[in-house]
Amino acid sequence: MTDPTTLPNSVSQGPDDRGFFGIYGGRFVSETLMPLILDLDKAYREAKEDPEFHKELAKLHKDYVGRQSPLYFAERLTEHLGGAKIYLKREELNHTGSHKINNCLGQILLAKRMGKTRIIAETGAGQHGVATATVCARFGFPCEVYMGATDVERQAPNVFRMNLLGGVVHPVTAGAGTLKDAMNEALRDWVTNVADTYYIIGTAAGPHPYPAMVRDFQSIIGQETKEQMLAAEGRLPDMLCACLGGGSNAIGLFHPFLDDKDVQIVGVEAAGYGLDTDEHCASLNAGKPGVLHGNRTYLLQDDDGQILEGHSISAGLDYPGIGPEHSFLRDSGRVEYVSATDTEALEAFQLLCQTEGIIPALESSHAIAEVIKRAPTMDKDQIIVVNLSGRGDKDVNTVSKFLGKGSLAE
Amino acid sequence: MEKTRIDTRFAACKAENRAALVGFITAGDPDLDTSLEIFKALPKAGVDVIELGMPFSDPMAEGVPIQLATQRALAGGHTMAKTFDMVRAFRKEDNETPIILMGYYNPIYVRDPKAFVKDAKEAGVDGMIVVDVPPEHDDELCIPAREAGVNFIRLATPTTDEKRLPKVLENTSGFVYYVSVTGITGTGALDADKVAIAVKSIKDHTDLPVAVGFGVKTPEQAEAIGRNADGVVVGSVLVNAIKDSLDADGKATDKTVSAVTDIVKGLADGCKRAKA
Repeated sequence: MTDPTTLPNSVSQGPDDRGFFGIYGGRFVSETLMPLILDLDKAYREAKEDPEFHKELAKLHKDYVGRQSPLYFAERLTEHLGGAKIYLKREELNHTGSHKINNCLGQILLAKRMGKTRIIAETGAGQHGVATATVCARFGFPCEVYMGATDVERQAPNVFRMNLLGGVVHPVTAGAGTLKDAMNEALRDWVTNVADTYYIIGTAAGPHPYPAMVRDFQSIIGQETKEQMLAAEGRLPDMLCACLGGGSNAIGLFHPFLDDKDVQIVGVEAAGYGLDTDEHCASLNAGKPGVLHGNRTYLLQDDDGQILEGHSISAGLDYPGIGPEHSFLRDSGRVEYVSATDTEALEAFQLLCQTEGIIPALESSHAIAEVIKRAPTMDKDQIIVVNLSGRGDKDVNTVSKFLGKGSLAE
Repeated sequence: MEKTRIDTRFAACKAENRAALVGFITAGDPDLDTSLEIFKALPKAGVDVIELGMPFSDPMAEGVPIQLATQRALAGGHTMAKTFDMVRAFRKEDNETPIILMGYYNPIYVRDPKAFVKDAKEAGVDGMIVVDVPPEHDDELCIPAREAGVNFIRLATPTTDEKRLPKVLENTSGFVYYVSVTGITGTGALDADKVAIAVKSIKDHTDLPVAVGFGVKTPEQAEAIGRNADGVVVGSVLVNAIKDSLDADGKATDKTVSAVTDIVKGLADGCKRAKA
């Protein structure tokens, strides 16, 4: 392990004061939001320096979320694939069933510090919406969640969970009714209610400081992984693998390892029906740089700069953009970004169910799909860590439909 | 920078003792031909400065009326090239009415900002309002626009405090657009007294004209706002008139152009009464 601050060629030091990772990131928001974004930046800087903030967060991680999450050696999956040793970082065991709670707890503490009284959020699969509604219930904030109408339908169990937790879900019918449209609508709410409202963005994207802040709150994934791996194997892994929608679980795992040059890092985008079609969400593989939702990053767009609607079987990956730090890491070559199709993700979903007795989220199944391709080509003494970012209970209806099983009842 | 048609027009309105009426339509709404017809009819109906919206798939600062206008335009295959075509066609007949392009950064960014402002200037554009490029990123678009002779018109909002205002005004030219409500276009209750205070505060910091928009719908509101501001901006009420004039299939009718110009005439009268 190396100390990143002493590395002249470190790729982990971003963003700069204006929120840029290389050319990506920034603060591309309307004037109404700009003073707020600057306030947030200041509040976050202060919180970061405050030991009490970290103490409170650490206590919640331990007693409320159940951290640390296990680093689990997936013995049967490893045997089945016949190559590298596969470890799963079990973020799906967190309270609320995904990594999203890590970020929501950090941001709700910040909202409290800033004296805000109302919380809004956008959600795709509903995991971030559920995590937001959860922390709002825990801290006594009213919570409104914007969710694309398409997603409301395909992730119905999560809508009900949000309601149970006291969250109000607003279905968004604009556009294709998915995550991008939900984010537009959340931004419209925010600009209308700037005085009292805190916007908990669910991924490492948006205007600065969100990409850096969400990354910092998610980096506990990578920090724990490093310690756990050293304890289990006495060395760092050879490869990290995580799925990307906006990219928060991936950057959380990757960031603490960016300056460990011997660790290969692989991010997996959703290829939907395939990159040779228009029906995918692989902005890093098939998009080009543009500006949306407050940051410059790779986007799926046409030649005239109109944003395209992506497709993925997984609602949580169904976003035409990507966190700006991933765009920077792509261009720098530090992280390799690949993709997995709906079909590959479904196969991986089933394989993990059958070999390990773990039902993964469809999002995380994309990362497993890449492991299925890579592990057999690697030596048996090599190690892969894959981020199991969420559990798949919310996806059983979708999977049942795609596998042609019809009704869930036997 | 050199004088633009915007500077000339605001000076003329002041000399004529009336508030300038700034009218917004979305380029290509409801279709290219009708949109061009409305565009050309605006000055005669009483619009002093025209804001032409560049349709974008994700108009984050717009309320439902302009969102729908944008969707109509994009569904009809509108592109940035067609927006420039509209400006060129307009300029063949009218070389005096200022034209401002309004929209979002991405369609400009993908064309290259420097090339964009050059093309815009050549087509006959005088100013730009780009919602999601704040002064913190002036180097990207605002400065190149100024260098090309295109006014970069900045929005000031109720959240822009005294401390921040100088930064907002620093590279602004043409006029200052004061957003009367915290929110999206076409919404909110307009408070003329609060707006008057805000306009005065901006005028303490700049000699530029100040126009006020977001939420102006009636001639009476135009009159009330125009008493203290140099200009009144209207948009959602015009694009709503377009929508309401369409037939059951969403196509333009023989009433579409007049639906807009009729409203403009009333608003223009309000602007005249404001300083009377």
